[in-house]
Amino acid sequence: MLDTILEPPPHTVPAVFTRALLDWLPWLEPLAVEALTERHMAGLVDAARAKSPYFRLLARDPDALRARTRTDKDIFYNPDAGLPRAERELAAAATSRFNGCIYCASVHARFSATYSKREADVQRLLDEGVNADLGEGWNAIVAASVALSTTPITFGPQHVERLRRARLDDLAIADVIHAAAFFNWANRLMLSLGEPAVAAGI
Amino acid sequence: MPGMDSDVIDTLVGIKPGSALDAIRNRRPDARNQAQASYRALFAPEIPGEVTATERFAVAAFVTGLHGDAETAAFYTAGLATSGASAELRRAIDTAIAAAKGHGPYGSYPAGPLTREDTIGPTHPVGAETRRVLGSRLAAAFDHMHLLVFHPRDATPAALQALLDASWSTTDIVTLSQIAAFLSFQIRVVAGLRALAGAA
Repeated sequence: MLDTILEPPPHTVPAVFTRALLDWLPWLEPLAVEALTERHMAGLVDAARAKSPYFRLLARDPDALRARTRTDKDIFYNPDAGLPRAERELAAAATSRFNGCIYCASVHARFSATYSKREADVQRLLDEGVNADLGEGWNAIVAASVALSTTPITFGPQHVERLRRARLDDLAIADVIHAAAFFNWANRLMLSLGEPAVAAGI
Repeated sequence: MPGMDSDVIDTLVGIKPGSALDAIRNRRPDARNQAQASYRALFAPEIPGEVTATERFAVAAFVTGLHGDAETAAFYTAGLATSGASAELRRAIDTAIAAAKGHGPYGSYPAGPLTREDTIGPTHPVGAETRRVLGSRLAAAFDHMHLLVFHPRDATPAALQALLDASWSTTDIVTLSQIAAFLSFQIRVVAGLRALAGAA
């Protein structure tokens, strides 16, 4: 069968960055749930991800998805010291805000707000963008994420030193680097394989 | 292929066993091992599928070349040579990189309050002579890679249709997209850890 582009159902495109729950509609055909083999399930890592059209689309290259998912989980969920979860999510949200991924920003802004309890600051990042003043500690993390996300990359020793002045140790700084770098991966997939939609029923 | 048995990020950053950065990377063992596993899955897959090794490394040489980090680009250019790419193809990729280099990210938002943040930049189809050497399939991939590297928020279904029209299947497009997106990660981890080492 000839492969084709999917026409998403009628939906409302989110026109602002938001912490609201969004849907994501694929432009290419995900694998059908009933077509998932053991190798695909291994790629999904969590069986619950079989519900997501995004992950079932990526499951077309299951080995790449499996390694990507496990990289993701260690960068964001490994509880062994380093950067607190709230700030790892902040780096993800800031990177997504800068690259322009409304869907990714919504998910990780929610997580950052949940873990930090700093809803107003997170919302300011979404509303005003990466130059919003969030206090020096968060500003340093946002600036580092932005400098890592430009092409060519502009991150340098001055960003490391600013993070150190904000009392991040080197493991925490490595966490900022990985979180921002990982969202340069995630943003490109989310932005180019489908589109966000205001969740049905809202 | 280069780097199939040694960790690519360690190699490109210059991380030595027992160093401070080696210890830091060991605190996130899956991030370390699975970044390498991602590299293997995309550049030496157990089940190669329909995307050839030369196509994978050609796209990688272009993407890393656009990022302008000489060492990372040289690594994938070496992989391209090992994959059996002709000297003519390698020269055509160098030409494509020189013609398409720029600064990102830019692009447009859905019409509304974010329109004031729209930043316009070039779309950059590869030139006719380069296209002739690359062939229509690889040339379409390069056009898409330029979008993913510099202005991913401009992505549209039409961009994917152009890939389908150039004989890339849905599954191939997932692999191509993963290559561009993974490299965007790997390049940044390398640059970031290098800066961290340099600031020590």
